[in-house]
Amino acid sequence: MINFGYTSNKDRQIVFDENDRSVYQILQSKEPSVDICIQCGTCSSTCTTGQFTQFSLRQIIVNIHRGEMDFINEDIRKCMFCGKCQLVCPRSVNTRNIIQVLITILN
Amino acid sequence: MGAIAFHPFVLPFSIGVVFMLTALISRFILWKKKLPFADNEKIRNGFFTVKTLYALKEVFRESLLHRRMHRVNPLLGYMHMTFAFGWFLLILIGNIESRLYSGSEFNLPYYPIFFQYFVHDKTGMPLEKVFTYLMDMLLLFVLSGLALALIKRTNSRLLGLKRTTNIHKGDRIALFALWLIFPFRLIAESITSGVYHQGGFLTDTFGKFIDELLPVDQLVVPAWWAYSIVLGVFFVSLPFSRYLHIPAEIVLIFLRHYGLKPSKKFDHFSQMELFSCPRCGVCIDKCQLASELNMEQIPPGHFFHSIRDHRDDKEQAFNCLLCGRCEEICPVGINTLDIRVQRRHEFQVQDNKIQFPYLVDGKAQHAEILYFAGCMTHLTPGIKSSMIRIFEATGLSYYFMDEQGGACCGRPMQMAGRFNEAKAMVEHNQNIIDRCRPVIMVTSCPICLKSFKEEYIINAQLMHHSEFINLMMEKNKINLKHSGLRVSYHDPCELGRGLKVYNEPRKVLHQLSDLQPVQLEAHFSLCCAGSLGNTVLTNPQRNELANRTLDMLLENDPDALVTACPLCKKTLAGSNRCEVIDIAELVAANLILKGEPSRVLRTPMYSH
Repeated sequence: MINFGYTSNKDRQIVFDENDRSVYQILQSKEPSVDICIQCGTCSSTCTTGQFTQFSLRQIIVNIHRGEMDFINEDIRKCMFCGKCQLVCPRSVNTRNIIQVLITILN
Repeated sequence: MGAIAFHPFVLPFSIGVVFMLTALISRFILWKKKLPFADNEKIRNGFFTVKTLYALKEVFRESLLHRRMHRVNPLLGYMHMTFAFGWFLLILIGNIESRLYSGSEFNLPYYPIFFQYFVHDKTGMPLEKVFTYLMDMLLLFVLSGLALALIKRTNSRLLGLKRTTNIHKGDRIALFALWLIFPFRLIAESITSGVYHQGGFLTDTFGKFIDELLPVDQLVVPAWWAYSIVLGVFFVSLPFSRYLHIPAEIVLIFLRHYGLKPSKKFDHFSQMELFSCPRCGVCIDKCQLASELNMEQIPPGHFFHSIRDHRDDKEQAFNCLLCGRCEEICPVGINTLDIRVQRRHEFQVQDNKIQFPYLVDGKAQHAEILYFAGCMTHLTPGIKSSMIRIFEATGLSYYFMDEQGGACCGRPMQMAGRFNEAKAMVEHNQNIIDRCRPVIMVTSCPICLKSFKEEYIINAQLMHHSEFINLMMEKNKINLKHSGLRVSYHDPCELGRGLKVYNEPRKVLHQLSDLQPVQLEAHFSLCCAGSLGNTVLTNPQRNELANRTLDMLLENDPDALVTACPLCKKTLAGSNRCEVIDIAELVAANLILKGEPSRVLRTPMYSH
C-alpha cells in the first residue's frame, strides 16, 4: 500500500443488528421491569455514584439494550446500591435488581 | 431385678438410643473440629465458670419449660412444654422409681422405661402410691399436649397459627413415631395393669376397660413391643429430622453463654442456629411476604429447611425485607436476619479488587454535632431543612457532612451480602468522621444509623434525629408547642427492631401531638415494604404491602401519620392515603424560637 502520510479513520458505524443482545434477554427474563424503562434519566440525575463519576444507569440500560457491552461490567461495579434511583423512577423499574442481575450474569 | 429383667422387646429401644447417641456425638465432634480456634478458646475458657450454670438455667427454662414460646403463644408453649418437660419428668421420675425399687444405683438404661412390665408388685417400696399416681399424671400431661399437636396439624387456626410448616420424609417418620410413643405407652401400661392390677388412676381404669373387651393376657408382650419399636424409630430418625433441634438448641444456649456470636460469614455457629430451628411455625404468620403476598417459602422456618436439605435457597435468601419480625418473635432466639445476609453473601460474586477507586477524601470540619443525612434523606428535603432549623434552634455548632451529597453508608451493600464493597464505603466515611471529631453524631436515616453502629468505630454519641430531639428537649435546648394534631406513629424496622429505639420518638410526639395507639406497634410493628433489604420484590407487590400496613396504621383515622425514616415516609406517602410527616418536620414546624443566633458552620456553595 502506498503511504500517503495519512490514514483514513476506522469505520465507526454501529450495526445494531449484528450486536449480541443475549445479556439484555437474560436481564429481561430475570427482571422484567427493565422493559418498561423509558430511559428518562431520572435515575442518573439522582445517583449517588453519579456525583463522583460518569456512572449512569440510563446509559447502561441503553447500551445493554443495543448490545453494546464494552465497559458495562466495570461500570456496574461503581454502583453503591443505595436505592435512590428506585425511589425516583417514574416507571417503578426495579433498578437495584437490574444491577444485581447484571453483576451475576456478567461474572 | 438382677439378670431376669430382660425381654427381647427392649432391643429396638436400646438400639435406637445407642444409634442416636453415636450419631449425635460424632456429629458434634466433627462440627466442633471445624470451629475456628478463637471460638474453641471461648468455649474452653467459659466451661468451668459460672457461665455454665447460667446456661443450664436457660436450658431448663427454654428447652424444657419453653418460656419464650409461652410468651409468643400460650397454647403452643403448653404443647411444647408437655412434650419436653413432661417427657423429661417421666424419664426422671421413672428412673428414681426404678432405683428406689431395686435399691441399686446402677440400672440398665431400659429398665425404668419398661419398669411396669418387669415389676408388677411394688409393695414395700417407699412412696409406692405417690409414684404410681405421679407417673400416670405425667403421662396424662404429655397426652394433653399430644392432643394439641394433633389439632395443630389438622386445624392450625385453633392454635392461633394461620399457616404451619410443611413436613418432609424424615420429619414425617419422626413425627408419627413421636405421636405414637405416648398412646402406645398408655396402652402397654394399661394392658399390663389389666392383667396385674398395678396401675394408677389412668392406666388401671383404662386397663380394666380393655380387659372387658380383649384378651389382655396375650396382648401384654405385643403392646410392649409396639412401644419399644416406636421409641426406637423416633430415636433413629431424630438426628435426621427436625427433632435434631432438641440437642442443637441445648448446644446453642451453651455457645451463646460462652460468648459466641454470629459472624458475617455462614459458619459453624450459623449451622448450629440452623439446626436449632424446631420449625414451630411461629415466624410464618409474622412474615408479611408470606401472610400478605402468599410467598410461602420466605419465612425462616422454610428458608432454613431449604438450607438444611441443600435445596436451592437463592430466591428465599434474596426475597426478604429484613424487617426483623421473625427474629423478634423467634422462641429460640435465632438470628434469622444474620443468616439471611450470610446466605446472600454466599451467592454474591466474590472479588478482591479495590472497590470504588473514585471515592476520594471528602471535606471535613470540626463541630459539636456532625450531621449525616443519608441518601434517602436527600430525596426528602423537608427532613433535611427541618433538621437544619432544629440544629440552629439548639445553638450548638454543627457540620452537615453530606450536604452536597456523599458516599452511601454501606448498609444497602451490606444487606445485599457484598461485604467488600460495603467495607470500601465504610472506610471512606470513617475517614471523614474521624477528621470531624464530633461530640454527637446525628443521622436522619435509621438505615445509616444501624450501619454506623455496627460497622464503624465512632468516638461520639451516635444517635438518630428522634433521639437527638428528645435529648435536646430534656436539656431544654429546644422548646416545643403542641401542634394540635392527632397522629399515629409508624416504627421504622431499622430504628425499632433494628436499634431498639422505641421510646424517644414517642416521648417527643407526646409533647407535640395527641399520639394515637395503633394495633401493631413497637416490637410488632409492620414493615412499610420499602426496605432496601429486598431487591427482588416488584413495585406492585411493595404497594400492596404498604397498603396493608397503612390499613393498620390508619385504623384510628389520625390527622397525620408520623414516622422517623425517610424511606418509610416516601413509601407510605406513595399511596396518597394520608399525610405522612417525619418527626423532624413536625418538630421544626412547632419550635418556639428564642431568637438566639446559632454558630452555624455550613459548607459554602450550598445549591439545592
